[in-house]
Amino acid sequence: MDPNTENQNIPPAKHVISRTLDDFFFTVYHVYQFVLRFFKEVFLPPYEFKEIIHQCYEVGFKSLPLISLTGFITGVVFTNQSRPSLANFGATSWLPSLISIAIVRALAPLVTALIAAGKVGSNMGAELGSMKVTEQIDAMEVSATNPFKYLVVSRILATTFMIPLLVMYTAFVALMGAFLSVHSNEQTSFAMFFSQVFDSLSFLDLFSTSFKSTVFGFTIGVVGCYCGYNSSKGTEGVGKAANAAVVAAMFLIFVEEIVIVAIVNAFR
Amino acid sequence: MLKTKKAIDKNNSVISIRGLQKAFGDLHILRGVDLDVYQGENLVVLGRSGTGKSVLIKIISGLLLPDEGQVNVLGEEVALLKSRELMALRLKVGFSFQNSALYDSMTVRQNLEFPLVRNSRNLKRSQINDEVESVLDAVGLSQTIEQMPSELSGGQRKRIGIARTLILRPEIMLYDEPTAGLDPITCIEINSLINEVQEKYKTTSIIITHDLTCAKETGDRIAMLLDGQFAIQGTFDEVFASDDARVQSFYNYNFTQ
Repeated sequence: MDPNTENQNIPPAKHVISRTLDDFFFTVYHVYQFVLRFFKEVFLPPYEFKEIIHQCYEVGFKSLPLISLTGFITGVVFTNQSRPSLANFGATSWLPSLISIAIVRALAPLVTALIAAGKVGSNMGAELGSMKVTEQIDAMEVSATNPFKYLVVSRILATTFMIPLLVMYTAFVALMGAFLSVHSNEQTSFAMFFSQVFDSLSFLDLFSTSFKSTVFGFTIGVVGCYCGYNSSKGTEGVGKAANAAVVAAMFLIFVEEIVIVAIVNAFR
Repeated sequence: MLKTKKAIDKNNSVISIRGLQKAFGDLHILRGVDLDVYQGENLVVLGRSGTGKSVLIKIISGLLLPDEGQVNVLGEEVALLKSRELMALRLKVGFSFQNSALYDSMTVRQNLEFPLVRNSRNLKRSQINDEVESVLDAVGLSQTIEQMPSELSGGQRKRIGIARTLILRPEIMLYDEPTAGLDPITCIEINSLINEVQEKYKTTSIIITHDLTCAKETGDRIAMLLDGQFAIQGTFDEVFASDDARVQSFYNYNFTQ
């Protein structure tokens, strides 16, 4: 091909940028409408209690093995990594306080949310995407069932309710891992360890973690469902939906973490 | 089951379409479609792939919105209905999808129960079971009740898809390519089932197909969609007696294949 002709076929950079911006704002507007529809539908009957409970089981109970393993390892590794630094100052007795603050304020919500984004978010993206391309969502619609309420609202509610519970569980398991590490090295008793843990935590820590986890759960549900529910036709679309659900949810979780930490620190 | 001749009351139109237009971007699919479907008849919409046959029935069921024109179903203007009104209308309009669209995470029983439970929330378990068994019996697949869709053949999936729409006792049935991808024997069985459903449930049907055998066996009337409009309507013999070259090439292509 003539190089001049080839250059003519490449769109100017400003067109590419403007199209990318167009797409970005178009997606933002669509997500806004999607969230708005969720809040509209969530309060209107009929309520799909059975499906919500089923989704809570899928999101919560089925994530327990992975969350347990990750939480425990996080607790042990964080303790083992922190010990040498504190030992340099002869401050290993501060380990329980340091660990509790780190786990409750940051590690437990982040680790749980990131694992849930990978496991639950991708599952939702792929499942709804597959239902979309095989016309199962259309089939629900023509049989006078509201697919948005049945599929989307139930899933978003499930992640919003279950992620905070999973975060509490992760924090507990991580603290147990940390205790085992501290106990084996510093011979600290169970009562002493947890007394220091609770002394170093404030109401604001617990409140901010609960709030953060709820926001993370809502985000994972919205992103997973949005990507799946709006996936394009074909199996490629299903793969893209699952992938986009994970990437976008993880990105948003980090952004939300930064914003919420900044707000909470302003009150501290 | 062979189609029985019946008298169609041409004063009783259950679906009335006027000046329907639909485009996807620059691609104009439907260009001013006019159509009446009368109570109790089986109307077959014939046409080549991509001519907008499926788009037409998706507009009738409210899955797609028309760009222009009126679509009146059972006295309701579909495009103007609110969400709840559209839901109520959909209880009366069954839609059988080309790929059956069975819920693949549910058993056959759960697939059939799904629309029923969601639309009649006060039904007792025994009533639900009776309804499920009744429609499964109507499509001749009682033995598959606890199977998953992945365990069924293509023909069985089609039948279960039809049973799932029948469970709501619709007045109108929309079949999207009911014989696509099936072997000739199964096609005959599905054609027979369409006629049986029409006889037993007294439905009015629109059957979208490009299969002339299906059209001949099931259709009381044929409407041929060409270039975004119904070029010709009538009985099978009337349509294919036409001199229109496009109709003749469609006929010749089907039967030489």
